[in-house]
Parts: sequence; C-alpha cells; structure tokens
Amino acid sequence: MELGFLFGSIIKISGILAYLYGLLRLMGHPNKWVKIASIVVAFAIIQAALSIQIGSFVVFNDFDRGLLFQACAMTMVVMGLNLIYGFNGQFSLGQWGFYGLGAYAAADVTYRWVNGDTRGLVVLGVGVILGGLVIWGIGSWLRRYRRMPVLSAFTLYFVGTLIAAFLAVQAGRLLNPFISAGLGTDTAPGPLNTPFVQQIIFFLAVIFAGVFAAEVSFLFGLPVLSLGSDYFGIATLGFAIVVNVLMVNSDTILPFPEMKGGRGMIGVPQLTTWFTAFLFMILIIIIMRNLIYSSTGRAIISVREDETAAKAMGINVANYKLMAFVIGSFFAGIGGAIYAHYIGFLSPGTFTFLVGFNPLIIVVFGGLGSMSGSIVASFGWIFFLEGLLRVALGQLGTEAPQWRYVLYPVTLLLLMLIRPQGLLGTTEWGFLRAPEVKVREQVEAAPATVTPSAGD
Amino acid sequence: MQAVKPFPGSNKKVVRAPRWMNYIGQGFLVLLALVTLVILVRNALQQPILFLQIVQGGLQLGFVYAMIALGYTMVYGIVKLINFAHGDVFMVGAFTSYFAVANLKLHLWPALLFPNMSPGLVITIGSLTVILASMIVCVILAVTIERVAYKPLRDAPRIAALITAIGVSFFLEYFGALSFVFSARFIPYQRPFPVVTWYIQNGIHRLESGVEAPPNSITFSNIFLFIVAASIIVQIVLQYLVRRTKVGIAMRASSFDKPTARLMGINVDQVISLTFAVGAAFAGMGGVLFAIAYPSIYSQMGILPGLKAFVAAVLGGIGSIPGAFVGALIMGQAEALTMGYISMPMRDAVAFTILIIVLLVRPTGIFGEPEKEKA
Repeated sequence: MELGFLFGSIIKISGILAYLYGLLRLMGHPNKWVKIASIVVAFAIIQAALSIQIGSFVVFNDFDRGLLFQACAMTMVVMGLNLIYGFNGQFSLGQWGFYGLGAYAAADVTYRWVNGDTRGLVVLGVGVILGGLVIWGIGSWLRRYRRMPVLSAFTLYFVGTLIAAFLAVQAGRLLNPFISAGLGTDTAPGPLNTPFVQQIIFFLAVIFAGVFAAEVSFLFGLPVLSLGSDYFGIATLGFAIVVNVLMVNSDTILPFPEMKGGRGMIGVPQLTTWFTAFLFMILIIIIMRNLIYSSTGRAIISVREDETAAKAMGINVANYKLMAFVIGSFFAGIGGAIYAHYIGFLSPGTFTFLVGFNPLIIVVFGGLGSMSGSIVASFGWIFFLEGLLRVALGQLGTEAPQWRYVLYPVTLLLLMLIRPQGLLGTTEWGFLRAPEVKVREQVEAAPATVTPSAGD
Repeated sequence: MQAVKPFPGSNKKVVRAPRWMNYIGQGFLVLLALVTLVILVRNALQQPILFLQIVQGGLQLGFVYAMIALGYTMVYGIVKLINFAHGDVFMVGAFTSYFAVANLKLHLWPALLFPNMSPGLVITIGSLTVILASMIVCVILAVTIERVAYKPLRDAPRIAALITAIGVSFFLEYFGALSFVFSARFIPYQRPFPVVTWYIQNGIHRLESGVEAPPNSITFSNIFLFIVAASIIVQIVLQYLVRRTKVGIAMRASSFDKPTARLMGINVDQVISLTFAVGAAFAGMGGVLFAIAYPSIYSQMGILPGLKAFVAAVLGGIGSIPGAFVGALIMGQAEALTMGYISMPMRDAVAFTILIIVLLVRPTGIFGEPEKEKA
C-alpha cells in the first residue's frame, strides 16, 4: 500500500509536470488554431481524468482533485507575486492578505446568494464598479499635476472610495427586495437560484473579488510603495496581519455575522469546477505573458533593474510599481475566490501571515522572474508537500507529517546556498518564452530581448 | 518633413501641484492625530487610574520590545538584513530559561552550594544565572546561524540572504514545534522568582498574595521593576560598547562603509559575528523577561514580538540604538492603549498602521539620519 501510493503519487506528479510542459509548448505554437486546440485538449484531458471511473479505479480521487484546484489557485497567487517581486522587484509579503480578501469577498457574495440575500453581490458589484470609476476619475484629474504629494492623493482616493462604498451599501439596501424575490425560499428555489445562475453569480463574484483586491491594493500600495524596499516588505506583512486580524473579528469588529469570525465561515457553496479553475489559470498565464513582453512589461522590469536609470529613460517609476502591485493583487484575489469555492470552508487560520510566506518561497523556488518556474513550483509544491509528503509521512506516525515543515526550510537553505536563482532560474518554456521580434529588413535594430535576472 | 507625433495626452497642460494640495494629506494626518488624542484624553479624564495602569502595562511591554529591537537595529545597521530568525532566537531564550528553571532547577543552585545564604540573595543570583544561561545559549545559536546560513551568502544578492533568514526562522519554529523539542503546545512558564505586587494609593503598599487590590489603585509588580531596570542597564551597556570601546568603533565603521573598514584593518566578518552575538544575548534576555511577564510560552511565540520589535526599530530609525529604545516604548504604549480602549486583537493592526504613517511622514524614522547617497 505504502509503496503503491508512493509510486502512484510520483507518477501523478511527473504526469502533471509533463502536462504543464506540453501545454506551454503547444501554446507556443505559431499557429493560432493549434494554440486554441491545445488549450481545449488540455482542458478535456483533466476533465476526463476527473470524471472517468473504471470499476473502482479513478485517475484523480477526491484528494487529488482538491490538490489540483489548490494548485490552480496557488499558481494564480504566485504568478501575481512573481509580477510584483520577480519582475518588478518590490519585496511584498502581503500577497496572502489579498488572497484572503478575494476569498472572503467572493465567498460572502455566493454564500449570501444561496441563502436568499442578494446584498452581497449588489454591494460588492456596485462598490467595485463605483470604486473603479472614482479611482479612474480622481486619477485622471490628478494627472494634470506634477509632484502631487502622495499623502494628499491617497486622502482623495480614500475619501472617494469611502463615498463609493457608502453608495454601494445604499444601493444594496434599495435593490435587495427586488432581486431577492427571484431567489425563492429554501424549500422552493426561485428562478435565480438554479445551479446555472449560481455559476454565473460565482463567475461574477470571482471577477468582483479580484477587482476588489486590486482596488484595496491600489489604496494600500499608493502610499506604501513610496517606502524603501525592506520597509515596503514589512508594511505589506503588516497588511497581511491586519487582514487576518479583521478576519478573526469579522463578526465583532466588522459587520459580517455570516463569516463567523475565528470559528471559520462554513457553508460556502462549492461551485468551483475544473472549467472555472482552468479558465482563470490559463487567462492569468496569458495575461502575464502578454504583459511581460509588452512595452509595459519592459518598463516594469526596468524598474527592478535600476530605478534611477528607468527614471532617466522617462519611465514613471511610481506608476509602474503601483501597476505591477495592483495587477499582482488582482491575480491573488481571483486565486482566493477560486480556492474559497473549492474548499467550502474559510478559516482565518488559512490566511495567517505565516502561511503567507509560502507564495514567496514558491516564487523563489521556481526562480524569480520565471513564469514557468512559478507554475511548476506551485504545482510541485502543492502536490509534493501537501499531497505526497503529508500522506507518506502520515503512514510513518502521527507526528511525522510535522516533519515536512522542518524539511522544507532546510531545502530552502540548501537551494539558496547551491542555486540562489531558483530551480528554473530564468528559463521559460514554450509559450512563455519571449516572442521573436520580427526585424524589418531596412532597419538594423537590435532585437528587443529581455533577459530577466535575479537582481535585488 | 512629417511632424513628430506627440505622445497620447501630451498636449494636455501639466502644471505643478498647487500648494493647497499639500494640506489635504497633512490635514488628514492631523485629523487622525486629533481623533486619537481626543479619545485618549477623554478616557484618561474619565478614569485616570485605569489610564495610568494601562500606561504601566505599555511600559512593561515597551521595555521588553526595546531589548529585542536592539538586535534588529544593530544587525540591520551592519549587514542590511532583516534577520527574521531574531524573533526565534528570542523564543529559544525563553525556552532555555523554562528548561533551566523547571527541569534543572538552576535558579536554586546558590542555595545548594551555600545553605546559609539569605533567601533574597539566592533568588537574585539564581535568576541572574538563569538569564545568563539563556543569553549564552542564544549567543551560540545566533553565531552558528550566522556562520552556517548568512556568511556564505554575504556576496550574494540581498534577496538570497533574506530568503535564508526566513528559512532559518521557519526551521527554528517548526523544529521547535516537534513534540520532542519544545512541542507545539502552550506551556505554562515557571518563574524563577516569586511575584511581589505593590499598589499605590496614598503611598506604596505591598499587596499580599490572594488579596484583591483596592479599587482606584495602580498595581505594579517586581517583574515590572526588573524589566525596566534590565532594559535600562542593557541600553547603558550597549551605548558604552558602541560609543567608547574599540569594538564599538569597528562596528560603527563597518556599518558606515564595509570595504573601507576592511582596508583599515578591521576584521569585518568578526565584527558581524560579534554584532549577531550581542543582539542575540539581548534577545535571550528579552525572551526570559517576556516569559516572566507573560508566563505562557510556545514555539511560535517569537514571531509577533520579533516583528513588532523590528517595527519599533524602524520607527526609531533603523541603525540607531536610542531610536530602537524610543520606538519600542512608543510601540508598547500604542499596543497597550489599543488593548485597553479599542479591542485586544486590533493591537497588531495599530502597530503596523503607526509604522506606515511614521515612514510616510519621516522615512528615516524618528532618530534616523537622512540616507547617504550611494557612492
């Protein structure tokens, strides 16, 4: 049994890694239709593996299924952190806080929806849209001024979003009676509470949660990103701690009795399917790749390499830092929403800052500034550490699973001593490689290749 | 000749931000400060005794933080590394004293050797021995960590050292959580000396054990006095060490400019090890004092005090020893007042909010010198 499990797990892990490699290679094919077909086939393979059952044999049992979804969520978070830290060089420890924000926000929306309360969706949706408009409006107004004091800009944005939030709550109070009539009761579910509508609500909740995390990160990042790198790290760690404190007190300090504070939020509808998880993961990978190899991405990387030189080249360093931070948090928020609707139970213990070091460690394991490394390391981390080692060590004794937490810092130390650039360094696979720039015949321009390196 | 197309939006007139825009941010901060002040003053006037009692608790916490913050500020001053493992060295210090007291009975050794000694002296010498033992263990641990983990990475990018620090910290926490090491449970701490409490009400009176303090009185214990005394002594010793001795000059020179210090014949590696050792000694002492004051220890107890001590060091201006002291006192007060008047769990939130605000207003901290231009 033990050997069989070990063997099977190793095959599964290598299979998953080979799958990711193949997917990225095929997606890198120059033909557009091959790309699309490869994504569809990749989706279908896992979907089949999840649903096919021959006798008592299943390819992915429930445990593996959980690992798969967790790995997808982790990939999103880690991709975001890689953008912030690996590509933009901002040492952030707050990614887990945005992950938690996304998870709780989306879970609250769907939880309320299935329990006959539409205020969650309305307030979050209206709030997020109004907040975005306010931020955009104030931003375009402030763009007329040079050397705007950060604190003043923050105050304006803060007051603006507070007003937006207030309006959203009012909108929720007004609209709730009309929409919740369609929800029906527990015994007689209305037309708005069918599984299909729930999926749509879930989809909206995921996106709103991502945007919510992004807006919070905008408000937080605006003043904090002007601090130095180490101070920024500690401040973001503080943010993660504050978010966790608020989660523990969500029913006392914050007015969310359904989150049940430190006892954990039970009964989040488990709406995540492989379709949504895969869709958002692939979307994030594509967005990341296209972002990094665009001129924006080059600007983001140049901020990491040398801020002064970037400034001299006319790059608005503060803006690009903020942009990377906001996009990274957006990914984290989406990851959190996917995770929440897979696991169905949110506890503040999942989002403590101590666990929040994991994304950072995964990014470093995979290689700072390597998207392939982030994907591989996330999947490897979840499947190896949470899957294989936990079960394998669990068979040795009840205490033994604790040892994996002792093993991984040691591995990390060895990695730092032997290969400080991470497992993959800056290698990229297939699709994630820098696209070849077509050089025009007449112009002798050097190809614009980007060589990300692990700088500090 | 075709005209160069301007950037999108470049035809918009961009003007310098008018003066009044500065005042929005400042006004926001002043408003925040005023609201805090009003809440504090109102509470202080309503129940002055309670207010003083809370301040006393804050002082106790602040003086413990001061001891941990010293290690952070010194190490950061020299190697520019957030030594995340420092908080765990602090935890090891607390556990060493626990084992020394509960298992080895180290605090009773003078009584065994000299049966005629007065009990007061026995307790004093015994407690000091326990603290010394913790300090020695912490120094050995920190120097080992420095040699094994940080030294090989001195020329690597800073991120590598930072990740290593996190790794060491995790290793200590989770290795400590194994059942045969410290175990993951909360362990009730056994103090090396009995607690004596006094209360102030028309003069200082001693409070007998098991008796409630009379209403409207401020209580304080010998633990408080002990912590304050130890913290102040540590400050004086450290100031002397850094300002007056050759080692201190070497430390300051290394933190100022490492290559030049090396050229001047200073063994920078040794100085760095020594800095780690001194910081760890104070962390060990802080660990014992923290455990004595809040007698429940567990393998992850070092994380939050460690982080808050770092925040305190940043608050006071990192690299500055008096700054760490003042920052820690502010942190202690902020936490105690939050616990007293807002709610217990918000203390962490307030600590980090203060950090952010102070860094925005004065990026070098309260005592920090403006950053030198990179040569």
